[in-house]
Amino acid sequence: MMSPLKKTPLHELHRSLGARMGAFGGWEMPIEYSGIVREHLAVRTRLGLFDVSHMGEIEIDGSGSLALVQQVACNDAGRLQPGQIQYSALLTEQGTFVDDILVHRLEESRFLLCVNAGNTGKDFRHIIRQNRFGARVTDVSDQYVQLAIQGPESRQVLQSLVDLDLAEIGYYRFRTGHIQGVSGLIARTGYTGEDGFELYFPPAAAVDVWQGLSRSGHSRELLPAGLGARNTLRLEAKMALYGHEIDEDTTPWEAGLGWMVRMDRPDFTGRAALAAQLEMGVRKKLVGFEMRGPGIGRDGYDVLRNGRTVGWVTSGSPAPFLQKNIGLAYVNEGEAFLGNRLDIQVRKRLVPAEVVKTPFYRRRRR
Amino acid sequence: MKLPEDCRYSKQHEWIRVDGDGGTVGITDHAQKELGDVVFVELPEIGQVFSADEVLANVESVKAVSEVYAPVAGEVAAVNSVLDSAPELVNQDPYGEAWFVRIKLTDSIELDNLLTADQYRKYVEEESAG
Repeated sequence: MMSPLKKTPLHELHRSLGARMGAFGGWEMPIEYSGIVREHLAVRTRLGLFDVSHMGEIEIDGSGSLALVQQVACNDAGRLQPGQIQYSALLTEQGTFVDDILVHRLEESRFLLCVNAGNTGKDFRHIIRQNRFGARVTDVSDQYVQLAIQGPESRQVLQSLVDLDLAEIGYYRFRTGHIQGVSGLIARTGYTGEDGFELYFPPAAAVDVWQGLSRSGHSRELLPAGLGARNTLRLEAKMALYGHEIDEDTTPWEAGLGWMVRMDRPDFTGRAALAAQLEMGVRKKLVGFEMRGPGIGRDGYDVLRNGRTVGWVTSGSPAPFLQKNIGLAYVNEGEAFLGNRLDIQVRKRLVPAEVVKTPFYRRRRR
Repeated sequence: MKLPEDCRYSKQHEWIRVDGDGGTVGITDHAQKELGDVVFVELPEIGQVFSADEVLANVESVKAVSEVYAPVAGEVAAVNSVLDSAPELVNQDPYGEAWFVRIKLTDSIELDNLLTADQYRKYVEEESAG
């Protein structure tokens, strides 16, 4: 039996804004307010505000904290200074994804891991099982709500609510500060391919901060945005979604995320299997595609070449900013080259698609 | 919720407006709101024959694809190819410009299985309350 869906402290507010709600990762979350396309374009051109409080947070502290993070996460947390953030992954012994995570180094011996909502419990157990370093591991998800303000104008809108200079926070950096007087973490990260910030602070302040941001962003036409737009935005930017591009059957080499695996480190969970796969080569590879005929290659659809199945779509959708139908797919290694013409089984029809360069969208740095 | 009185409705959220031995079919205002931004409509071909509740068309919104069922049995007499280039009409004018197909009814007695505007309104209200 499924446990009832969890609700964020902003649940009532979302309803009052007319949000269409839906289930995601065990939570009842806003999927869209004024329409996915409108919200998506607002984030690309101005800004949007997301409630992403479903995300989990795990804190690791104490003298063994760095050693534990280095054991469970495949990137190199030793390179982080306090105030820096790193994209990383928890891997199985087989080198496949338990989860993809953001590692925040809060202090020399204190780390905050931001993890996927639906994986929080699994991640927590995976980490404590490997804690032979005497670190303290705590699931602190209940102590934080998380709001994401994303888009080229997000810095201007957030600035008036915080007590520090946002221009001093670089990409993948964070500071602790006050947001409308509430103490929290202000991180320059996001899941949209756009500039923006993710704010972590106590749940009691959720409504106040949301309304403060709404007021501050009013003149710039800030829109509340839901998980629907978050998904199309991340897809245009080719950011992986757990359960789609990455899961316990895929490795970083296959997913095109090898850049975050530090094989120069002597040991971390999954390293041996990844070394072996590096030797053997991968059988499947993630590619980006654009539809070349009318139709949308959706998640789970078969990918064919000359009538033979050579892969499957992991995420597929219209791309509202690019105005194309795009997607990501796993295909046999030999089919993973730019310009390759494939077919996607869309119901009873085969619709042509072409392997294209990714990310589909890359923002211009200003 | 807009519900023209001159249409009959299915529990799968299609409408049919009968004219003689034919009818025009589309999806309801409620259905288009549930779908969100419609980006693609896949229509059947003229001459195709459907029984009631068979998949007649597919509607793609940004977030998902949904099936559209034949509210009654019939043969496709015309398709609205305007939707090929302007699928957003489904969101803007679901009972007018965004009709999907015209069908020649196999047996007009099947219309009795469909809901009136009032019945459909109650059905949707119960469905969303449940």
